[in-house]
Amino acid sequence: MVSVSSFVKKVHSGEIDVVEHTAKVLDEAKKINKEYNYFNIISESLAKQQAKVIQKNPKGKLAGIPVSIKDAICVKDVESTAGSRILTGYKPLFDATVIEKIKKEGAIIIGKTSQDTFGFGSFATNVGLGMQIPLNPFDKTRACGGSSGGSAGITQLSQYPHLSLGESTGGSIVAPGSFCGVNALCPTYGKVSRYGLMDYGNSLDKIGPMGKTIEDVELLLNIISGHDPKDSTSLPTRTSQKTIDLKNLHLGIVKESLGKGTDPKIKDMLLNVVDESDIKHAQVSLPITQKYGVSTYYLLAMAEASTNLSKYCGMRYGQHEPLKGNFNHYFSHVRSKHFNEEAKRRIIIGTFARMAGYRDAFYLKATKVRTKIIEEYKKLFKTYEVLASPTMPIVAPKFEEIDKLSPLQNYMMDIMTVGPNLAGLPHMNVTIGEKDGMPVGLMLIADHNNEPALLEAAKIIEKV
Amino acid sequence: MKIDKELIEHVAEVARLKLTKEEIKKFLPELKQVISAFSDISKVDTKSTSSSFQPVELKNALREDKPSKCLTQKQALSLTEHKKDNYFKGPKAV
Repeated sequence: MVSVSSFVKKVHSGEIDVVEHTAKVLDEAKKINKEYNYFNIISESLAKQQAKVIQKNPKGKLAGIPVSIKDAICVKDVESTAGSRILTGYKPLFDATVIEKIKKEGAIIIGKTSQDTFGFGSFATNVGLGMQIPLNPFDKTRACGGSSGGSAGITQLSQYPHLSLGESTGGSIVAPGSFCGVNALCPTYGKVSRYGLMDYGNSLDKIGPMGKTIEDVELLLNIISGHDPKDSTSLPTRTSQKTIDLKNLHLGIVKESLGKGTDPKIKDMLLNVVDESDIKHAQVSLPITQKYGVSTYYLLAMAEASTNLSKYCGMRYGQHEPLKGNFNHYFSHVRSKHFNEEAKRRIIIGTFARMAGYRDAFYLKATKVRTKIIEEYKKLFKTYEVLASPTMPIVAPKFEEIDKLSPLQNYMMDIMTVGPNLAGLPHMNVTIGEKDGMPVGLMLIADHNNEPALLEAAKIIEKV
Repeated sequence: MKIDKELIEHVAEVARLKLTKEEIKKFLPELKQVISAFSDISKVDTKSTSSSFQPVELKNALREDKPSKCLTQKQALSLTEHKKDNYFKGPKAV
């Protein structure tokens, strides 16, 4: 497989005809999509138009590279629905900051990828009404993982150099990365601008890269990172990178992540790979995160989602209905008709958690437990540069198994990933092997802004 | 805490959702189970802990009070079916 940087060099030197290559990539995307449902829309005319421009002027760090974009990220003039029916027909009038950045570097945007509606899911099965569920690239009877399922699937199956932009609120970049066997990195909260991202939970959402190699992921991360005045939660751009002393790299294995609920084979694979990597390591404990992380995460995420989704009411964009009745009747009618079941479930729980009488016990209490969780991680980072756990406790489940899960059992599947997401810590999925033909992922977690340590550790693990 | 049909209907009304009888029947036991499980956070001692509304420290990010480019009225109205006299047309207020 040609890496993104070597492909780009060939584009710069004129060895590759970008127009011709893009046509092949689009044909492949259409063919794969018919079988696997990775795209909500393939942006053929935009891609062809961009290819012509790059062919004439082959410049930029992503010159001619096909990039797929999670549907929740706005691309100007390309239907962007966040995997929901209520936004069917919505073509943003502007590009998200990450899109502006990759376009500037010569990327070719080939389409918007399938996802759980507004990011509400761990398996990419909660797609919007009338939309198709993406199928796992290794076994079509299994899930891709969510919510950025389509992004992970196409990154795995495309035979050409490919990058994707996913988004994570509670694990939606690394979970599909693990189930589909691709490298996927969720950056520090605020490192990448959220401007133009259709929000799920503002204090949790991060846009991050997916790629076939760690170097590809690193390249895309560096391009999309940086302060953005359009996003008030954007962090200042770091001018100096932390130097990593590989000899003194110390890794902590989260012991609670290896207990009950984790497939014993996955546990053994993780311990073996860490042993063989020669990275100095020890087992560490995150008791509060492990015990209360899922409850804290879901209360906060649903509370934020229930306010964020209030803007979808059939007035300014997306789905409309004939104006009948007063505003209460009209808004309730549009929302009830076009939101799917999981969106309704999360709006109800989130609204409940914020209501007078319940707010202190649920929403505010969860914001305080979040502080405890952040403190728990920060304490470990005084000794360890990187922490490790399985990305998911199981390999990608079959759809028939997912159908049997209650909502609570579904939410519990995020037990590994909610911690770093609540704490806004950078984390990454690295594939460490296969179990019964399905990929197994290891998740590395680093302190805020310590993506360099995360990437270096990932490169060592990858070589084992 | 009593989670019943009336409470779900009230929450749904606040959230501008009209649930069907079938949805309420399905959601009621699920929400009881989820909310009871999430109540476990009450066991964490947070007496001397402050809230984290963000995971990283952020200071007020204010821009200079200067006019800048924004959507034109025509652009802003280009995605709606409901408009009149160059404004959005909404449902009746009462």
